[in-house]
Amino acid sequence: MANVIKLKKGLNINLEGTPEEKFVNVKEAKKVTLVPDDFVMCTPKIVLKAGDAVKAGDEVFHDKQYPEIKFVSPVSGILEDVVRGDRRKVLGIVIANDGKGTSAQLSVVDPKTASVEEVKQAMLDGGVWPFLTQRPYGVLANPSLQPRDIFVTALNTAPLAPSFDMIVKGQEKDFETGLAALAKLSKGKVYVGAAANTTIPTLNGVEKVTVEGPHPAGNVGVQINNFKPINKGEIVWTANAQDVIIIGRILNGKCDFSRIITIAGSEIVAPAYAKVQAGTPLADILDGKVKHVEYKQRVINGDVLTGVATGLTGSLNFKGQTVTVIPEGDTTDEIFGWITPGLNRYSTSNTGLAGLFGLFKSKKWKLDARLKGGPRALIVSGEWERVFPMDIYPEHLYKAVLAYDIDKMEQLGIYEVLPEDFALCEFVDVSKNPVQQVIADGLVKLRKEME
Amino acid sequence: MKLNDYINEKIDPLFQKGGKYEKLWSVYDSFHTFLFVPRHTAARKGVQVHDSVDSKRVIMMVILALVPAALVGMWNVGYQHDLALGINDGWFMQFLYGLVAFLPKVVVSYVVGLGIEMTVACIKREEVAEGFLATGLLIPMIVPVNTPLWMIAVATAFSVIFAKEIFGGTGMNIFNPALITRAFLFFAYPKAMSGDEVFVRTGSALCNSPIEGTAVVDGFSGATPLAAVADGSFDPATYSTIDAFLGCIPGSIAETSTLAILLGACLLLLTRVASWRIMLSVFVGGAAMSAIIAAFSDNAPTVCQQLCFGGFAFAAVFMATDPVTGCRTNTGKFIYGLFIGVMAILIRMFNTGYPEGAMMAVLLGNACAPLIDYCVVKSNISKRAKRVNA
Repeated sequence: MANVIKLKKGLNINLEGTPEEKFVNVKEAKKVTLVPDDFVMCTPKIVLKAGDAVKAGDEVFHDKQYPEIKFVSPVSGILEDVVRGDRRKVLGIVIANDGKGTSAQLSVVDPKTASVEEVKQAMLDGGVWPFLTQRPYGVLANPSLQPRDIFVTALNTAPLAPSFDMIVKGQEKDFETGLAALAKLSKGKVYVGAAANTTIPTLNGVEKVTVEGPHPAGNVGVQINNFKPINKGEIVWTANAQDVIIIGRILNGKCDFSRIITIAGSEIVAPAYAKVQAGTPLADILDGKVKHVEYKQRVINGDVLTGVATGLTGSLNFKGQTVTVIPEGDTTDEIFGWITPGLNRYSTSNTGLAGLFGLFKSKKWKLDARLKGGPRALIVSGEWERVFPMDIYPEHLYKAVLAYDIDKMEQLGIYEVLPEDFALCEFVDVSKNPVQQVIADGLVKLRKEME
Repeated sequence: MKLNDYINEKIDPLFQKGGKYEKLWSVYDSFHTFLFVPRHTAARKGVQVHDSVDSKRVIMMVILALVPAALVGMWNVGYQHDLALGINDGWFMQFLYGLVAFLPKVVVSYVVGLGIEMTVACIKREEVAEGFLATGLLIPMIVPVNTPLWMIAVATAFSVIFAKEIFGGTGMNIFNPALITRAFLFFAYPKAMSGDEVFVRTGSALCNSPIEGTAVVDGFSGATPLAAVADGSFDPATYSTIDAFLGCIPGSIAETSTLAILLGACLLLLTRVASWRIMLSVFVGGAAMSAIIAAFSDNAPTVCQQLCFGGFAFAAVFMATDPVTGCRTNTGKFIYGLFIGVMAILIRMFNTGYPEGAMMAVLLGNACAPLIDYCVVKSNISKRAKRVNA
């Protein structure tokens, strides 16, 4: 049976600074920072104090709600500091890396022969459980549940994101182990969304779903909606294929949390791939790689659609795949933007020549961070639908979330979406609404209400 | 120092909180953002880059699309004037006559409408939405040339306040504000809105005062074809469809030329500012209804005449396609358009109290749009509900 999803709706934003298919060196980080906020709705309980020695793979904190979900240190060294913000909220846990790479003893588990409980325990102890995301809400997976299915996306379509083929090269065995582990956990199957030419290991309980089309085809939520949508009451777990590789690596007994990312964007001298440790400061990752310019630059922890502009003080997201640097644009002047022909202004809208002639597809663009307009009520209709390949009415769902009408939100499919699925809607929106933030806030509120 | 830096450093603080003119921030901001694209950058979280289209640009496309109809309309005002007086002083003078008659109406509508919008924006300390820039041009285009300026002022104020601002401003209104203005005039001052004397200006361009030494030629009637339909005296053979298509018949200022309206339609469709679904289905609905009526009646206008007469084409292209008051789902747009097309012709032909039905049909469509969308969205909801039960 051929599982194929063909999508027409969507948009590939053609940005300058596409990574070349080669690896550049990033110095080993002197410090790494774990940020609990990388996990949606996670409340950390820190088990170490500043000054404690840690080995790679040692627990640093766990989730308050599910104490069995451990978050481990990716490096060995000393816990240097716990950075706190308002109301003592933990903003980051800084670990000084001693560079020795001593790691905790991991139990090697072969998921093909081990029991479900053994696999679960090994993943929880190894600190890779947080790589699983539970839908609805996009939160940490509840270890005591068994999901209907597990969806893995091995297709990265976000702007400037790394290609999965580059990531998996040389790590095929770990990928296979990871998939086998997930197959154990799932009540149903493990579906792997991937491009037609990507080979997915043949395993019991694992099925490949071929996905074709522009971004957000790689978003796991889009794949689920088009393949086997989530119904009210159902639980589905998701993971990115790169994280499945790390799960496999840990189960194979190698305590290594390093990941492959792209360092990209129009402000990078030579955009390329790199292998770095999760939690590495962006300043270290970008050291010597950013163009020297007079204007301000925006350093984004993630891709331009879903990333966070943490600046150089940020540290690579636990599940990060891209670090992007673009111009901030806060000193750029554009006169009479409402009437200029628009040959040099990126727009998918036909109100400018760039849209009308399709230049937004054929040319590479250097985009800055400006909103390029003022916030308005929703005026134009139908534009979100063009970039939203799900069987959901995005605008109606958005309005239901704004009004916080729980019945309507459920009926319109709130359980099937995460903020990232609305990223392109926010990008093309004429009225410049903070769509992702509204959806994210709505999900947090809804979960609190439901539990 | 660059101009924008100067504005940001010297002028901007005067309008910010604590500045001398802080209450006028909205007005200042609207002018500043018209001059320069705002420099605001994306929030820390969320999409970091944005498409450069904004509501200013979208509204400007509507205004550009209105230009051909406005130009031909102005010329036609002068042309009808010359016909009535039996003179011919050339197309340029005719255009000039129309310009002088038309321009004060535009000024009045903009001053009143934008005045209210900016006042409300200043009170709420919000950015001024651009919606009225289109509405303000639409209003003088859809009234008879002899409408007094004070009536336009009163109707515009009514519409902006009661059809738009009390709902929350641009994007929140249920009914098209330009059509509410027209409807207000129609019901409050019916004599000024229909009849033989309102559509052709026979006096001076500016205030219609009688010009000495001129007289209306014998046999002149300023009646529109639709007025003839309404009183039953219509004969399809005596009215030229080509004249109606080109726009040299009496009618509201800029609704007469179907050709010019279609030019505007091309721009709206090319830029995707207007929905082709709505536009197409209004014409299809109108044509279908006209064909049915023409099949049963000898003195009913032909299908082509129906689509070219009155405000039908204008309503189909510029009024029904307003995204805020129309249907917002793609399926709904087809139903919405068909409904308006059919209703416009039905009202026109069977309600003799209203010679033209396009205005009422679009307003009726506006009222039904949320219901149509509700039904379309409901089908998605039931599909989702069925999935659970399956």
